[in-house]
Order: sequence, then structure tokens, then C-alpha cells
Amino acid sequence: MAIELSPEQTADVRKHATTEPAVVRIALIIMVTVFLILFLLFPLIIIFTQAFSKGWQVYLAAISDPDALSAIKLTLIVAAIAVPLNAVFGIAAAWCITKFRFKGKSIFITLIDLPFAVSPVIAGLVFVLLFGGQGVFGEWLFENDIKIIFAVPGIILATMFITFPFVARELIPIMQAQGSSEEEASMLLGASGWKTFIHVTLPNIKWGLLYGIILCNARAIGEFGAVSVVSGHIRGLTNTMPLHIEILYNEYQFTASFAVASLMSVAAIFTLVLKNFFEWKMDKGMGEKA
Amino acid sequence: MTLAKPARPSRSLPGFGLTLGFSLFYLSLLVLLPLSMVFLKTAGLSWEEFLGVVTDKRVVASYKLSFGTAFLAAVINLVFGILIAWVFTRYRFPFRRLLDGLIDLPFALPTAVAGIALTTLYAEQGWIGQWIPFKIVYTPIGITMALVFVGLPFVVRMVQPILQGLERELEEASYMMGATRLQTFQHIIFPEIVPAALTGFALTFARALGEYGSVVFIAGNMPMKTEITPLIIMTKLEQYDYAGATAIAVVMLVISFILLLCINGLQWWASRKTEEN
Amino acid sequence: MKKRFAVIWLSILVLLTGCLGKEDAADGTAKAEEKKEVTLLNVSYDPTREFYEEFNEAFSEYWQDEKGQKVSIQQSHGGSGKQGRSVIDGIEADVVTLALAGDIDEIAKHRELLPPDWQGKLEDNSTPYTSTIVFLVKKGNPKNIADWDDLVKEDVSVITPNPKTSGGARWNYLAAWIYAQEKFNDDENKTKQFVGDLYRNVEVLDTGARGATTTFVERKIGDVLLAWENEAFLSLDEFGEDTFEIITPSISILAEPPVAVVEKIVKKKGTEEVSEEYLKYLYTDIGQELAAKHYYRPRNEAILKKYSGQFPEMKLETIEYFDGWAKAQQEHFADGGTFDEIYTDSP
Repeated sequence: MAIELSPEQTADVRKHATTEPAVVRIALIIMVTVFLILFLLFPLIIIFTQAFSKGWQVYLAAISDPDALSAIKLTLIVAAIAVPLNAVFGIAAAWCITKFRFKGKSIFITLIDLPFAVSPVIAGLVFVLLFGGQGVFGEWLFENDIKIIFAVPGIILATMFITFPFVARELIPIMQAQGSSEEEASMLLGASGWKTFIHVTLPNIKWGLLYGIILCNARAIGEFGAVSVVSGHIRGLTNTMPLHIEILYNEYQFTASFAVASLMSVAAIFTLVLKNFFEWKMDKGMGEKA
Repeated sequence: MTLAKPARPSRSLPGFGLTLGFSLFYLSLLVLLPLSMVFLKTAGLSWEEFLGVVTDKRVVASYKLSFGTAFLAAVINLVFGILIAWVFTRYRFPFRRLLDGLIDLPFALPTAVAGIALTTLYAEQGWIGQWIPFKIVYTPIGITMALVFVGLPFVVRMVQPILQGLERELEEASYMMGATRLQTFQHIIFPEIVPAALTGFALTFARALGEYGSVVFIAGNMPMKTEITPLIIMTKLEQYDYAGATAIAVVMLVISFILLLCINGLQWWASRKTEEN
Repeated sequence: MKKRFAVIWLSILVLLTGCLGKEDAADGTAKAEEKKEVTLLNVSYDPTREFYEEFNEAFSEYWQDEKGQKVSIQQSHGGSGKQGRSVIDGIEADVVTLALAGDIDEIAKHRELLPPDWQGKLEDNSTPYTSTIVFLVKKGNPKNIADWDDLVKEDVSVITPNPKTSGGARWNYLAAWIYAQEKFNDDENKTKQFVGDLYRNVEVLDTGARGATTTFVERKIGDVLLAWENEAFLSLDEFGEDTFEIITPSISILAEPPVAVVEKIVKKKGTEEVSEEYLKYLYTDIGQELAAKHYYRPRNEAILKKYSGQFPEMKLETIEYFDGWAKAQQEHFADGGTFDEIYTDSP
């Protein structure tokens, strides 16, 4: 296929071969933009306009209400416990899946993904069946005065279940692509397994890890269905932010409800910014390697 | 979710026992043990009773609705997902980066917030709803819209890296051999993105089937018409019918598991395809 | 970077645990000073939020004056059935104040949380206040709705919650049933047809009473909302009397939302006395006044009379019309009951 092309011809081929006529291009861009504005931008905008529809004072009052503050605190505590645990699990699972061969690996991977496809309602239900009053451990827990369901531990468990696969799913492909040669070299040079992990593996996966953690965290903060089943909705005690939003909404305090929702949207936007930053870092890291 | 060539695993690295042991323990404790409770509880029902519950008219209507809307949402996301990924990787236009960043919003925004926001927007008196001649909120269309929102990022994020990695030389060659742009797309580009797009499709579908938080606000919850399966589980629970609730949960769990197996199969297919190339 | 991240992480954790620790310490000193503070949990249904908020304050004051003990009352609200299930599943409620006796019966059936004869423990079937079902329509009543038979007209769209999940909705359903049964002289088929026609006019079937009210007043869907009387009044308060008005039908049901102490739990927590006093306080003049203020019909005749302008005389039937909750539940709301027939038999 040795056809000689003049520079103009090359440019011409490049132009026609890899892009569409301007009309099609513009039509597609408009279609996509309108779709995204309708589905993503508008919902975001309406949250903020509704939140500020009665002015700053009402907004501040809504988010500094004691029940709102306790909901914010509970949400942060839940995320602070659930996310690191799932991160540790994600690293361990990714390590054994990508660095070793063993039987039943693909079933193992499917099982890790399972919580992702399970309806949040079922996720809440299973913990009620385990720890609820009529559950397997119900009577024993009651007698020993240990509260799991309708208390903070139950909310943490349900959140952990829902966010279970996030970090593992993010790390497995990265570690798979990187292979094991660097670790093997480090071991040959006499470093211990732990040292190898800290000094060789971790720097390689850190942006992917943070990326997984940030997604895990976003989901942990925002989970509604599963938490709603196990929370018991006790004001100031077991209401997380999404539940508090629902309560306010049901109390005709629409503005306050959107105010708390706007806080969560800010968290979501912050998550997106961080995520894009990590993604960019990851691409850069890969680029340098290649 | 990778399409990269898997590295050769090695036995010389330490920590196999520790990491596998820990992962399995954590998995069993947090996922398998709780999920097994659903099956245990359902075992209290006889086979006939079980069939009776899961084939009840209202429940069957809810399967149809849940599957129908989830499937429709997945199809919409498949089409628009590919389109969005294409436009973002190939064209340059104002606010492209901003919109690109916004794609992941449904992952980060709590579903209940999304449900309330969509209901407010598309209600008959809402900003957008008032311009639309037919009803959206409290109909299956509304449910589908919530599910489209929730599943939006999957296909885009699966297809985007493939399109970015695509070598343009192939398209140029195709052009020089006289193929039209449409033919090029059909025969060169499309086959490349099929596995990733299908994986994204299956993920959207699985996620949409179980979605609860955003849907209850927009659904209207009419029996036989706009009542989704997760809501039936909730309803059964609130009537103190634990066995009934878990029976339906079993059906949903089995379906989820089958879907996941399909997704993993697709990914295996995809990675083999890239290896062949 | 790693280190910095770890430091930030650790300091967040320390801060969080620090906050928690501090609170515990504060509690500890308070405990030492005076009588131990008690915490009660009142698990209630949807429309009682505003009432109990005020009542709890009144009771705390009363208890402080009387016994010199601080009592703080936590509230949980939701659909009545959902709340009943939470109690069965282990939420440690000292008292339950639910929408209907059926839900407390259900609690009594499980885990021996309550004795089966709980309803005899307090006066008036353990219901310190009652309510009824009325219609809420847009101001000016554009569809001219006056009574139950206007609700089955073809162009009328009705909003009511789902009787399967909402206690209030069961009262709605039974009230409509009473009207039809009276109208058709106990002809069961015609009654079924009537109630079926009414529910075929329902546009949105929310899971709880509050959800239905929101749909009607905020989303402006439907021509008429079947609502608790107190809920209807509350909507007038919230949205102004110039937007909605209340229509009282010719006949309705006397809704009796009962209250009970969850004995197994208070025994464990040692809160028997304060929980019982809490419920009894509902029957005092202060409790009854507050109930009336929040548009519940008080049991106390004198106070009811004082508020008679607010509560029009209506012909009201009690649940005994259906021979009690157990029977009503079985016949109408259980799977395969008359409510299910409406949806499964219709074309």
C-alpha cells in the first residue's frame, strides 16, 4: 500500500477519514449537549435555586439545625468507618486476584461484584434478617443489650455492603495492567513483602486507589434505600443526610430539604473535581511509564 | 473492568494466604452470610407457597414494569452513551470538559436527591414538565427517566477509553479504499466498541433493576401500573410478611447473579478480542 | 504525599472520636449531679410530628417539676406499618403511638413485646385522641365535591395513599366502604363496585399519608385528597386558607389511633414508670388541649366542646362496624382481600 501522498492530500484524507461533515458534527454536539443539560445540569440547578429560594437566612438556618448537624455528623462517621475498611479489603482482594493464579478466581470476582447488582432494599433486608428482633441473633443481642439494627452499627454495615466492590473494582484492572515484574525485582533485591508493597506497589496504584476511595465515599454518603431499611428514623440519632432530606421533604419544609440536598450536591461536585484530578494524575503516571 | 492484557501472575510474591484469607473472610462475613439469610428465610415456605408469592398478579406486573423500564433505560443509555462518548472524544466544542466532568454526577449525587430534583423538574407544574404535552411524573416514563439518570455514566465510561485508544490509521485506510463514513463506522469502529458498550449496557440494566431511592419519588406507586419490584418488597415487609418479601428478594438476587455472570462473560470476551488484535 | 494523607486521615478520625468522647464526658458529669436523665423513644406514624414535638416539651417540663428528673424524648415517624415492623425488628421503642390498633396487635403477636390485652390498659381503648377522614379540595371546590359519591364520577381524580403500607389509607378505604354499604343497604357486590370505582379514580398511590398530601398540595395533582382531618387542617395552615378547603362528607369513620407502652422494652430499660406517665399525660387537660390544637379530636368532652367550631358534627362509625381490626385487615387488606381485587380483577 505504498501510495505517495502530497501533504495536502494527507491532510485531506485525515480530515475526511476521521470526522463527519460539519452539519452532522454540529447536530450530534447539540443533541448530546441538550440531553446532558436536561438530565444532569437542570436537576443540579433546581436543587440550588430551590435551596436559596427563601434567601440566605433560611438556608443557613436549615443547615445549622441540630437535627441537620447530627445527620451530617452521622453521615461522616459512617463514611469514615466504612470507606477505610472497604479500601483495605479492596487492596487485599486486588493483590491476591492479580498477583496469583488460583481456582475459582472468576467466581470470586463475580461475588465481589454482587453487592453492586443487589437492590439496596434487599441489602437492608438481609441485615434485618440477621440482627433484627426476630433474626438469627436477635434475642441474644436483645439480652446482651447490643444494638445493631436501628443504631449506628447497622447503618455502617448496610453502607459497607453497598460500597463493598468500589475500591477492589478500581484496583484490579490497574494492578493487572501493571503486572508483577517490579514487585518481583524488589523481592529479588531482598526487600520484604511488606516493604515491597509500600515502596513499589503503593506508589504505582495510589491514584487509582484514591479514585476508588472517592467513589466509594460518594456512594457511602449518599446511600438511601439500604440505610432507610435499617435506620429506624430516630431524629437526631439514626438519620443520615439522605434520610434527613426525605424527612424535611415530608414535613413541608421543601426549602430546608433542598438546602441539605444542596450540601450533598456540593459534596458531589467536589467528588467530581477530585475524581477528574486523580484521573488526570493517573493518565500522566501511565504516560510517563509508557 | 480492564481491557489491558493480563500480566502473568507469579508465585514468587508473598501474601497470597494472607490476602486471599482476609478477602474471603471479609466477603463471607459482609456479603455471603447476610445474603444467605434471604434463602434461609425463604426455605420456610413450601415450593407451592413460594411459587404463589412470586407469580402473584401484582408481583408479575411489577417484574414487567421493573424489567421494562430498566431495559428501556439501558437501551437509551446505550445509544446516548455511545453518542456522548463519540462526541467527547472526537469533537472539540465549548464547555466540553465541563460536561465531561458532569457525566459522573449520578454516581456522586445521592439517589433520593436525584429523585426529588427530577420530580420537581418534570412535574406538570415544573420547569420542564409544563412544556411537555404528556405526563412524565407518576408514569412509567418518569421511572425510566430516573433510571436513565442513575445509569447514565456506565456506557459512556466504558466506551470512552476504547474510542480514545482507537487507531485513526484504520479509518484512513478505510476511507482510501472507498468506504463511506457510515460504512467505516459500521465495519471498523462499531465492532471495536461492542463488547465495552454491552458491558456498560448490562451494568446499567443491573443497577436499574434494583434502584429504589430515586424511583419512589417519581413513580406514583400504583399497583399493576407503576409499582416496581423493590417497592413490593418494602410493601410486603410493612405488612409483616417477611417470607413473602424474602421470596421476591430471592428472585431478584438470582437474576442479579445471572446478569453479573453475563457481564463477566462479556468482559472475558472483550479482553480476548483485544488480545487477538 | 502518602504521609500527609495519613496525617490528615488520622486527624479527622481523632477529631471525630474526640467529639464523641467529649459528649460522653458531659453526660457523665450531668449524671453525677442529679437524678439520671432518661431517654424515651416514641415510635409514631406520619402526621403526628407537629403534635408530639409540642407535647414532648410539655411533658418534659411536667416531669422535671414533678420528679426532678430530666427526660428527653426521641421521635421516629413513618408509615404506621413500617413503624410497627421496626418495633418488631428491634427498634427499642418505649412507647408506640400508631395509626391503628391492627399495627399494635401485630407487635403484640411477635416476641412477646406487648400483652395481647394491651388495648384495655388505658381509657377509651387506649386512644387519647381520635380523628376522622375528610376531603381536601382546591379553593372554590371546582369539581363540586360534596360527598363520597362525587368521588366515583369519571372526571374526578382522587389522591389517597396505599392501604397496604399506610395506616391512614386503611381508614380512608373503610370510610368509603361504610358509605357504600349504607347507601346500597348491605349489598356487597355494589359496595365492592363502588369502592373499586373510587380507587380506579386514584391517580397516585403514595406509600404514606404525608407523601399523598405532598402530591396533592405541592405537585398539584388530583382534584381531591382523602386525608386525616388533622392533616387536612395542617395543609390549610401551611399553604393558606385561600388555596384549599375542607369538605366534610355525610358519613365517615371514627379513626382511633391508639397508644401503648412496649412492656418488654421498658422492663429492660427500666423506664416503666415514666413511659406509663407519658401516655397518661395525653389524657390530662394539657395533653387534650394540645391534641385539639393540632386538630385531633380530644376525648375530653369539655375540651371537645370548646373546639366545636373546628370539629363539625359528623355521623361517625367505629371499627366495630367491621367487627374489629383483625377481621377488617383479613377481609380487605390482606393479600387477596377486597383491595387487591380492585386491581387484579379490573381490565
